[in-house]
Amino acid sequence: MIKGKAWKFGNDIDTDVIIPAIYLNTTDPEELGKHCFEPIFPNFKERVSKGDIIVAGKNFGCGSSRQHAPIAIKACGISCIVASSFARIFFRNAINIGLPILESEEASEKIENGDEVEIDLEKGIIKDLTKNLEFKAEPLPESVLEILASGGLVNYVRRKLGGE
Amino acid sequence: MGKTIIEKILQAHTKDEVKPDRLIEADIDLAFANDITAPLAIEDFKLMGAKKVFDPEKVALIPDHFTPNKDIKSAEQAKLVKEFAKEYGIKHYFEVGRGGIEHVLLHEEGLTLPGDVIIGADSHSCTYGALGCFATGVGSTDLAAAWALGKLWFKVPRTMKFIYHGKLKRWVGGKDIILFTIGQIGVDGALYRAMEFSGDVIRELPMDDRFTICNMVIEAGGKCGVIEPDEKTIEYLNGRAKRNYRIFKSDPDAEYEKIYEWDLSELEPQVAMPHSPANVKGVSQLRGVKVDQVVIGSCTNGRLRDLAIAAEILKGKKVHPDVRVIIFPGTQRVYKEALKLGYIETFIESGAAVSTPTCGPCLGGHMGVLAKGETCISTTNRNFIGRMGHKDSYVYLASPAVAAASAIAGEIASPEEVMKG
Ligand code: SF4
Repeated sequence: MIKGKAWKFGNDIDTDVIIPAIYLNTTDPEELGKHCFEPIFPNFKERVSKGDIIVAGKNFGCGSSRQHAPIAIKACGISCIVASSFARIFFRNAINIGLPILESEEASEKIENGDEVEIDLEKGIIKDLTKNLEFKAEPLPESVLEILASGGLVNYVRRKLGGE
Repeated sequence: MGKTIIEKILQAHTKDEVKPDRLIEADIDLAFANDITAPLAIEDFKLMGAKKVFDPEKVALIPDHFTPNKDIKSAEQAKLVKEFAKEYGIKHYFEVGRGGIEHVLLHEEGLTLPGDVIIGADSHSCTYGALGCFATGVGSTDLAAAWALGKLWFKVPRTMKFIYHGKLKRWVGGKDIILFTIGQIGVDGALYRAMEFSGDVIRELPMDDRFTICNMVIEAGGKCGVIEPDEKTIEYLNGRAKRNYRIFKSDPDAEYEKIYEWDLSELEPQVAMPHSPANVKGVSQLRGVKVDQVVIGSCTNGRLRDLAIAAEILKGKKVHPDVRVIIFPGTQRVYKEALKLGYIETFIESGAAVSTPTCGPCLGGHMGVLAKGETCISTTNRNFIGRMGHKDSYVYLASPAVAAASAIAGEIASPEEVMKG
């Protein structure tokens, strides 16, 4: 069960805003986390608490394929992202590195900044405890669940290579 | 029910039944990365316990983003990539001086071919769809998985068809078509979708312009862009293709999620305003916007035809005194051709700087980063906040023709006006 405070973001949050390109000369999560959302939300990492949740509008993570973006967000302590939709590559990257993400238009609209949110990933249920509301997220596709069950794509492939 | 070209290509690479929204596992013909995405992929590849890449001929590594290395950290990333290439026998490693920007280089080298399934750890890997293949960007871990297994999972995209009729005006080309399209459908207008481009206008377009169109499908949220191969495609591949290839075409009764149809005969050059590639207006509506910097190049518009157009406009003219112009050819081969044809001399005479092939300014990396408050008109593909430098800088996206005209005028200007003046 995931529980945390909601941080609201708008539509089309792009990867240049999540982690500006000048910081791509490293793959160190700590370092990337420090600059997460710098152009629009400086010191994001210091302001969030471990377990907090991002709630965003449509097309979250659009732009570059840089996997540094979900890594930076995860390094800030964010436990899950709920958005009305995600950009395709960001979606894959987040799953691959083990950062849970859920799509729900309703949750994205109704949850407000600072609300206490609880998420049951397996059932895809999002609860706004502050407002006492419950939302059902789009179920994740089967292959994605398989990757998550293996603990991310790295482990999934490791098992496949070992088994074949 | 017929199939689209993308469905047919995917079907040729999988045992699974290909249908929109289905998950399939497809064989990969080429899997590549650059100096900023490869280090993460290499890390994951090793964590996966892989001993070798699935096929060293089907892997490419292109240091292009922060090269020639902009600082020590970048140099270390580039070194890691180079060492990996050596250790794993990757033949298609392109050192600085023998390569260029990945998405201009790989098709030029004949490594991306019609009918292929191609993945790159870079979002603009969709560029190659202009040759009639399935090409899409993935993350580093996905890439590592493909290097290890030679396959990757995909959700079969639904296809949207874009048909363009009419005859383009002078100075209107691929960049204007794609900017217009993104302006119409928005930055998520084709989210997860394949975008198939067709119609008389596309058939008339040279390959370089077709690459420009497919390059920017990601800016509409698309998974891939595709253009059916024709005589122009085959001519382009003659003497270049490194393998055999297969040509696929959509069935007349193929199923499309949506069909857009436009007549472009009256289209004027298009410009995307800050801070979204969908924030598009005709150039005539933006006259008078002063610019500090002009950038011509990138994987969107760093090909020979792009430089030819810029040279035609800059020839015998001078860059406006308040403007700095940076022109970066896409690859060493483009550079050399441009040199032979006299374009480089034209650029230098006009007062422009010519840089070595690199992504540099396109992503605000180096060689042309913007200061606070500065405005740039650029032939690149993204104008997000802070994309080319300070978060309070402004990027307008346009074709090489409009960029070159603006360089002379010192403000956003149409090529027609400048050529008349
Ligand atoms: S030129 Fe720009 S868009 Fe193209 S690959 Fe390089 S950084 Fe990416």
